[in-house]
Amino acid sequence: MSASVDAITSLKGKFPSVTDRLSSDCPAVSVPTGELISALKSLRDEHAFDLLSDVTAIDWAEGASPRFTAVYHLYSTTSHAAIRVATPCTGDDAAPTVPSVVPLWPGANWHEREAYDMFGITFEGHPDLRRILMWDGYPYHPLRKEFPLAGIETVLPDSEVAQETKAKVIPAPMMGGPFVASAGEMNLTDAEPRAKDESWSERSAKPGA
Amino acid sequence: MATDFAFPDSAAKAAGAEQEFAPEKMSLSMGPSHPATHGVLRLQMELDGEVLTKCDPVVGYLHRGDEKIAENMTYNQFVPYTDRLDYLAPLANNMAYAIAVERLAKLEVPARCQAIRVLTAEMARVSAHLMGLGAFGLDVGAWSVLVHSLNQREHLYKLFEELTGARFTTSYTRIGGVSRDIPDGWLTRVIAFCDQFEPALEETLSLLTRNKIFQDRTVGVGIISRADALAYGLTGPNLRASGVSLDLRKDKPYSGYEQYAFDVPVGSKGDCYDRYLCRGEEMRQSVRIIRQVVAAFPGGDWYAKDARKIFAPPKDKILTSMEELIQNFMIVTEGPQIPAGEVYFEAENPKGVLGFFIVSKGGGVPWRMKIRSPSFCNLSILPKICVGTMMSDVVTLLGSLDFVMGECDR
Repeated sequence: MSASVDAITSLKGKFPSVTDRLSSDCPAVSVPTGELISALKSLRDEHAFDLLSDVTAIDWAEGASPRFTAVYHLYSTTSHAAIRVATPCTGDDAAPTVPSVVPLWPGANWHEREAYDMFGITFEGHPDLRRILMWDGYPYHPLRKEFPLAGIETVLPDSEVAQETKAKVIPAPMMGGPFVASAGEMNLTDAEPRAKDESWSERSAKPGA
Repeated sequence: MATDFAFPDSAAKAAGAEQEFAPEKMSLSMGPSHPATHGVLRLQMELDGEVLTKCDPVVGYLHRGDEKIAENMTYNQFVPYTDRLDYLAPLANNMAYAIAVERLAKLEVPARCQAIRVLTAEMARVSAHLMGLGAFGLDVGAWSVLVHSLNQREHLYKLFEELTGARFTTSYTRIGGVSRDIPDGWLTRVIAFCDQFEPALEETLSLLTRNKIFQDRTVGVGIISRADALAYGLTGPNLRASGVSLDLRKDKPYSGYEQYAFDVPVGSKGDCYDRYLCRGEEMRQSVRIIRQVVAAFPGGDWYAKDARKIFAPPKDKILTSMEELIQNFMIVTEGPQIPAGEVYFEAENPKGVLGFFIVSKGGGVPWRMKIRSPSFCNLSILPKICVGTMMSDVVTLLGSLDFVMGECDR
């Protein structure tokens, strides 16, 4: 662990705007978006954090500032230290932006595509920013907090194939919300307090439907 | 009388024809329903003759939105979802998830619970590697390996069923413990399994290790260099086969792994054969760990007794004592009370490093949970290493990477 502490001390010397971040495990820092690339490069080249374990993002819900935070987990295969780097996304809620780290670690390619798919974060400089888990042309970003747990009905990806072949395409049933066995006469939100999506139930129409 | 054959002419004609066809490339879509893609992976390939010029993996066919689901349920309710990540080693996933949440709660589980978890995780590793090996053998045409490994997996599943009540979807861990203690005499049966498994494993491996056909198809095929493996974030046997000795059980021990002696096999070339050898050796090491765990099996509590807001009390107490009844009610309705914070915990799973990044704002439901799945990262290197390989080697390559789509797509 001391390797990560040393790395953070030296990082703070180089970039005065780097601040400590609360963490329950490995040391963590917050880096301004503009200095992200140079900070990560310095961690990789000078402190031997050679493995990029993970790139992800957090949505702090509508109205929060910053709304989105990008998170990078680095690991050193020599000192076996780990470090977490977080950076706020710039831009408005509709199109948050953060620089891409694909030039540093090619493995970030799919992670950033996933974060783009799930949160709509644009990674500037990414060579091929497409959706990865959802299909091309899917209109929403499902891990955003305003996206309802039950989903929003959309045109299915193979609808044009269905038109052509006259095959029947039926979406998976959504009645009663996900993982709710039977709401019976009760309202969905009463029957299942954990399904916190209260924007629709059996008695009120789904948003966007 | 000499006959004048026009050989040179036809040769020239054939050569001309080849040039005529050379620039044409064929695009081929493999999957999502193809036996060699081990699930619902689709490869969008571009072929020049039999050589790949481009490969674009299409993933997401098995996307269920586990991360979204996790944000909407209590910590214990998510345990069954972790079964369905790497569904060949659910016990190892259960353990990784439980430790991640426990790290966030700064909760230490007793030694007996740690030993149970290590034991089950290593058994899950053996079971996952057996399946990976059998399927790999099948991909390159060696049927009998699968039959041998399925037989051994059946023995393991009997033990899992006795322990957890389920063969595949075990849902064994809880935050702060496991769902039940080990049954009487179970450890003896685990050792009996090890005794018959060791010679059986050697027999199974002997079908492949010195097999000329198998070597011809795997040695020197699908080489992943050390630098590439690190740059693309490969982990597990795939990374170790490329010569990087990274095993979190050794390097960042969790759940008491530091007490057990075992070796980390490392490859030298990073080809399909090295990946196979690494998995074979890892099974031997897992059996070694299992024997050590059983030999020094600790007594005492099998769940964190002091964690009154996290682990539900025993059933007989719930039914007879008011305080325990309330405690159980709160844990079931509100969820285990986990303090606010951020945690990222990685465990060495059979497929590689499975990481859980959990952001909590306090209470029984996580604010954000990211699952870093090893199969997803391992597959991301495909566009890089597939270029220039033969079409028939792609099947070998996929088999040697040993991925699970349930974990890749989440």
